[in-house]
Amino acid sequence: MARIVILGAGISGHTVARYLGKWVGRKHDIVVVSPKPTWNWIPSNIWVGVGQMSEEQVVFELPPIYAKLGVDFRQARGVSINPEGDAAHAKPFVTIEYTDAARSGQTEAIEYDYLVNATGPKLNFGATEGLGPEDGYTTSVCTPQHALHANEKLQEQIAAMQAGERRTFVIGTGHGMCTCQGAAFEYIYNVDHTLSEAGVRDKARIIWISNEYELGDFGMGGVHIKRGGYITNGKVFAESLMVERGIEWITRAAVNKVEPDKIHYEDLEGNFHELEYDFAMLIPPFAGVGLQAFDKQGEDITSRLFAPNGFMKVDADYTPKPYEDWGKDDWPRTYQNPSYPNLFAVGIAFAPPHLISKPMQSANGTPINPAPPRTGMPSAGMGKAVAMSIRDMLAGKSDRPTHTASMAETGAACVASTGSHWFRGTAATMTVFPVVPDYEKYPEYGRDLDLSSGEIGLAGHWMKAVLHHMFIYQAKLKPGWSLLPD
Amino acid sequence: MSVKNKEPYQQAYYPPVPTGFTRAMRNSLLWQAWRFIAINLKMIKLIVKSHS
Repeated sequence: MARIVILGAGISGHTVARYLGKWVGRKHDIVVVSPKPTWNWIPSNIWVGVGQMSEEQVVFELPPIYAKLGVDFRQARGVSINPEGDAAHAKPFVTIEYTDAARSGQTEAIEYDYLVNATGPKLNFGATEGLGPEDGYTTSVCTPQHALHANEKLQEQIAAMQAGERRTFVIGTGHGMCTCQGAAFEYIYNVDHTLSEAGVRDKARIIWISNEYELGDFGMGGVHIKRGGYITNGKVFAESLMVERGIEWITRAAVNKVEPDKIHYEDLEGNFHELEYDFAMLIPPFAGVGLQAFDKQGEDITSRLFAPNGFMKVDADYTPKPYEDWGKDDWPRTYQNPSYPNLFAVGIAFAPPHLISKPMQSANGTPINPAPPRTGMPSAGMGKAVAMSIRDMLAGKSDRPTHTASMAETGAACVASTGSHWFRGTAATMTVFPVVPDYEKYPEYGRDLDLSSGEIGLAGHWMKAVLHHMFIYQAKLKPGWSLLPD
Repeated sequence: MSVKNKEPYQQAYYPPVPTGFTRAMRNSLLWQAWRFIAINLKMIKLIVKSHS
């Protein structure tokens, strides 16, 4: 009997756990380690952030689900990995620190035959002074608790505007190297919609601020779509929606400090600006969660397993090279660590080889460019591919991974709500294939134009509502869950 | 600056803005019912191609 340990129970980690649980759960030991006992459908945190959903609607308890599957759940965080074991352990092991009330702070070493790092991001609010809801002045929609707080602050602003005051809202990215522009894009339109529904939109100035070179970049270098008889870059549509909704935008910006009433940022020309605000939601940059690694002798090998940003190295080409030499083969396919074949990293936890968007820096040398997005669909795809590979390796079918999920060979569908209502709501539905442009296969635009699309409408809102229920149903392992797409 | 004014050479002056018809179609139940089917078909195609 082998033991597979999965660090993290988010979209990617839980995907690994449910498939391995289904396929090999009776024969092998599966352990899931996660600091929180709940699973969160993160895309719907946006709606919590505007008071359209409660926390209970976007989370559920994991332990009963894992019990159903025969998976051993530990409420703990990963601390370090010893992929070679140590003096006391012949087998590789991971050290965890419990976070549940009964065992808080206690550590334990769990030996493994396979380890999947699906720890997701550290929300690195500390990278910008004054950023974040805990130690700073801005709100966030990255977690349900943050989103609840954001809605609380939003409602205070609405009350002030209903009393006749004017307010300024700033939404976007809180650092020059953020990803996740899509979440902020969704949130700004939901705030706009909420203010309109509250009858106070005319008293609000809403401003988008991001590190994208142009609107519509989303960390993917933008996307071209066929629409209205033309092949058009998404920038045009993103700007169109901003103008339609009366929203101003600032791009090519690196927010570098936040005060209670002012946001400081640098632009690509190296000039520094201040933006006064009343309410701000700024996405933080992401980093790895801070796992360390040690060899058999106890020597620190963290830099061998992890990139400087804390994300785990996998089968990507990390050779530094100029933008002109980037290619689809730089991107990982199996998510296997090159040093230890029983070690994998999926979702946000793997280290991308480089950006997707063209790197840009200000005249002062400040990097101002979005990091690559790892959205739900590719993240679940990676999780399933790794689960299939581990299943096949356990069965002796192969000594190497058997399934792949390169972001340069798979697509993504994103549904960005632009206002929630069964009849008055809309959403922007975007598909892109592949996520990382492949200029060898698609020389002109890097993408398949039949599968790269965008449209706004009520159908998108219905789609988003369906996906909310469908993915929660699937994650709860309800009947037929494995027949649903990931 | 109010984006509603759409002053020449300012940010809001250039991007396309949907017509009333385009906006109405976004919330037309009949049209959006068809778009819901079309979007689902496109997503299925995308998923199949991603897994192949």
